[in-house]
Formats: sequence, structure tokens, C-alpha cells
Amino acid sequence: MQFGIFTVSDVTTDPTTGRTPTEAERIKAMVTIALKAEEVGLDVFATGEHHNPPFVASSPTTMLGYIAARTERLILSTSTTLITTNDPVKIAEDFAMLQHLADGRVDLMMGRGNTGPVYPWFGKDIRDGIPLAIENYALLHRLWREPVVDWEGRFRTPLQGYTSTPAPLDGVPPFVWHGSIRSPEIAEQAAYYGDGFFANNIFWPKEHYQQLISLYRRRYAHYGHGLPEQAIVGLGGQVFMRRNSQDAVREFRPYFDNAPVYGHGPSLEEFMAETPLTVGSPDQVIERTLKFREYFGDYQRQLFLMDHAGLPLKTVLEQLDILGEEVVPVLRKEFAIGRPANVPDAPTHQSLLAQKG
Amino acid sequence: MKLAVVSAGLSLPSSTRLLADRLTSALVDRVPEVEVEVIELRDLAVDIANNLVTGFPASRLRAAIDAVTSADGLVAVSPIFTASYSGLFKSFFDVIDHDALAGKPVLIAATGGTARHSLALEHALRPMFAYLRAIVAPTAVYAASEDWGAEGLSERIERAASELAGLMGKEQPVRAQVDEVVPFEQQLAALRP
Repeated sequence: MQFGIFTVSDVTTDPTTGRTPTEAERIKAMVTIALKAEEVGLDVFATGEHHNPPFVASSPTTMLGYIAARTERLILSTSTTLITTNDPVKIAEDFAMLQHLADGRVDLMMGRGNTGPVYPWFGKDIRDGIPLAIENYALLHRLWREPVVDWEGRFRTPLQGYTSTPAPLDGVPPFVWHGSIRSPEIAEQAAYYGDGFFANNIFWPKEHYQQLISLYRRRYAHYGHGLPEQAIVGLGGQVFMRRNSQDAVREFRPYFDNAPVYGHGPSLEEFMAETPLTVGSPDQVIERTLKFREYFGDYQRQLFLMDHAGLPLKTVLEQLDILGEEVVPVLRKEFAIGRPANVPDAPTHQSLLAQKG
Repeated sequence: MKLAVVSAGLSLPSSTRLLADRLTSALVDRVPEVEVEVIELRDLAVDIANNLVTGFPASRLRAAIDAVTSADGLVAVSPIFTASYSGLFKSFFDVIDHDALAGKPVLIAATGGTARHSLALEHALRPMFAYLRAIVAPTAVYAASEDWGAEGLSERIERAASELAGLMGKEQPVRAQVDEVVPFEQQLAALRP
């Protein structure tokens, strides 16, 4: 099982100091956080893609390429890559290039993006969100698998005798996850291709994500990729830890109360009761995270959101120390217990290469 | 058979709840086997506001929403504030999925300090439920302060309840299951040039 972190790259004022980091500070902080993830033994770093303030991560492969050069083991991924507004031809090129630079330590997660105004900035219309996700990915899938592509579709100019370059490393396309917060169509898409399905598992109660994941598992089996329990599932989660759980609550509360998305709404305690957010001791985080398996079945990838809502870099790095030293080693051990032998690990470049033979 | 009663009254006791209870009892007289669940939005006010912020209902609000969406009929009563339904009343229906009340028989009613606001039922509540594709009983019941001591309110309550009872007896449309999905081949085929 893989463990890692994902970032949304928000530039948010620290509510305890009133200080807002510059874009440069935030971008460099994201790199520092990624390097720390490898140092503390995590497996995956994933960055979001956004094209509007207060977010800075508009160019994920640039950032991941830089991180690739400074890491050895870390898998570089996205959370998410916008399959709607990016040209699939450019995604095919960018991530194949990144694969070569990172010696295959690359996968990516497709997402639609839910910010209406962004679509026209890239010549698209949000009302076409789902059809764009379907058509663009169908093309991307071919570009990474066929040396010469003739293609015609609804949303971009036709391709004639087109070759995407560079070709994927070793002829093995990067593994793809599909992330969705609410769309059964995307769970169906992931199942159809036998790709992974990632549930962000942050904003809403678990029942919501259970429906999507069970649909994905059922349809994964329907399309002949394996048994439902062999489908490739990833989950998000968000935690804040201190040795003493009261200290964690006290320190995190101002960040929670002022957080983008859910701030100025329910209390921290209510939100913890209703969603997978855990603020407390490392043991509480372990206990809560182990429950995910009961709700969603044995799964392949767990990513935590650690660096949002204006938390200072120093605090985030301390959190990663706790995560890497005290939490993830226990989770690895506990998740392995009773895990059926037929449940696969998340595909990596090496495993896909071996499979290709 | 289940009846959900939504009352958006704010004071305790409230004339809005009083009207809701009168309508309910007139309905129960006609459909004695009906199970009644009353939802006081006042008790859910903070949960409703939180749902607007977070996008999901906390468990108590979820139970109230489930009671409304799974009922065979709905009695919805709001005080009239500033020429329309109260913000709390509207916010509750804002956080319910917009397909969830399709085909649902609804009796609308309202209270106010003066009879001059009675048409708020026709220009605010009825169009809102029409948008939600609910089936609204033709008689809407408005109770101004003076109506509680005057003739006519009881007759309107009886007429509205009998209309709702009639609608509740009819077959309701079957709603699509949440996890039904269009097979991917069909989604792809729909895009072929």
C-alpha cells in the first residue's frame, strides 16, 4: 500500500499571524514539503492544478520535474490534472517527458475542475465538462498506446498521422487515476479503462464516497479487469496531529475556523464527527485511518492533505515528521494484516513494465 | 403511508406550527393510517446554515431531509417575512436535491400578521414547488392574525387537507436510483462525430 500527501497549493493567510506567504514562498514551500515527504519515507507526492488565485500550482509538470531531480524514490503525481481544459495532446507529451526525467516515478490523476470561469480561459465551456473528460481521455489513452494516431472528435481539431513525442518511457504509459467528488460517470470511466479511482474523502461524509467507490468496484469487475475487490482505489484524508490531542485541537482550530471551503461553518468537532477529518494524537489518526478499510474495502493508496489553510511551513514539516515516523509505519503494518493475497498493490512503472513482459 | 410536516415558525409556540398542526390533524382525519413526522426548522437552523457552507447535511439534518423526501405527502408551512417565505424555509429546500421532491404531493400554507401578504403563497411558495416538480394542492392556506378568530380558516384547512389526501392516494412516479450510470460505451458513442 502507498502513502503520501497531496496539496491544493492554496496561498492562504495564516489566521494566527495575519501573514500571507508570497507566491514564491508558497511554491518553494511546496517543493520543500515534497522533499520532506521522501525524507520521512512517504511514497507519493501529488500536486493540484489550478489556474486562479489563491492557488499557485498552474504548471504541475514543471514543479514535478524539479522535484524529480531532487528525489530518488518518491512517486510524483497530480491531484488533479485537468482533463477538460488541457489539450490531451499536451498532457500526453508533458507527462511522457516527466516519466523520462523521473525514471518512471510518475502517475497522474484526472479531474474535471469545478470552477466555471476557468473553462473559457482555455477555450472550453463548463457545460461540456463530462463530455470533455470522456473525449479528451479517450484520445490521451490512444496517444500513449499507438505510435501513429488518426483521430477525429468533437472538441479539438482532428489529428492525422500524429505521433506523440517523447513516447512513454519503456512503452509503458503512466498509470492513471480518475478523481471525482460527485460524478458516477467518472467512476464508470475509471472502471471501463481499468484505471484507478480516487475519492477525495475530505469534504463530505463517508457514505457519499462509499456509493461512488462501490459503483467503481462493481463496474471494474463488469468490464473484466478483475474482481471488485481488486479494483485500484485511492483515498484522501486530512489530519492534524500533536502528541497530546488537546494540543492538536487547540493549535488547529483557528486554521479550521478560517479555512477556505468549510471555514466559518460547522465547528471543528462537528466536522470531525461528520467527515474523515481527524485532529488529535497520532494514535487517533491511526485508528481513524484504519477504519477506511472497513468502509471502502482494502485499497491501494492513501494521500493526506497536510499543507493547506495557511498552516506555516515549519508546522507542516513537523506534521510530516509525525506522519512518517509514527503514523505510516503502523498503518503499513496494520493494513497488511488480513489483506487478501489477491488484492493488488497500486501499479507502478516497474510493475507495469514487468506485466508488459 | 407517511406524511412529513415542515414548519418554519420561529417562536415557541408559533402560529406557523399551530397552522401546521391543524392541517395535519385534518389530513389524519381523512387518512387515519398515516404516519406523521413533524420537522421544526428552528431546531435545524444552524445545521441548515452549515450545509450551505460545507455542501453536506449533518446527520440530524440528513434525517430530516430523508423524512421529507421519503414521505408520501408534505405539508409545508412558512411565516411570511418581507413579502415572501422566510429565509430559513427557503434555505431548507435549497439544500435538498432539486429532483428529490419530483411528483410529491404538497400542501402549502403560510402565516402572517396581515392578510395583505396572503398572495405570497401564490407568487413565492407555489412557483418554488413547481420548480421542484412537486404536485401542489390547489388550495393554499393562509392564516393572518385576524383569521384565528374569524370564520373561514377551518373550511380552508378542511378543503386543502382533502385535496392533499386525494393526491396522496395517487401513484407517484418512480425515482431513478442514485448509482445508476450510463454505460461507458454509450457515453463514448454519444460523442462520435
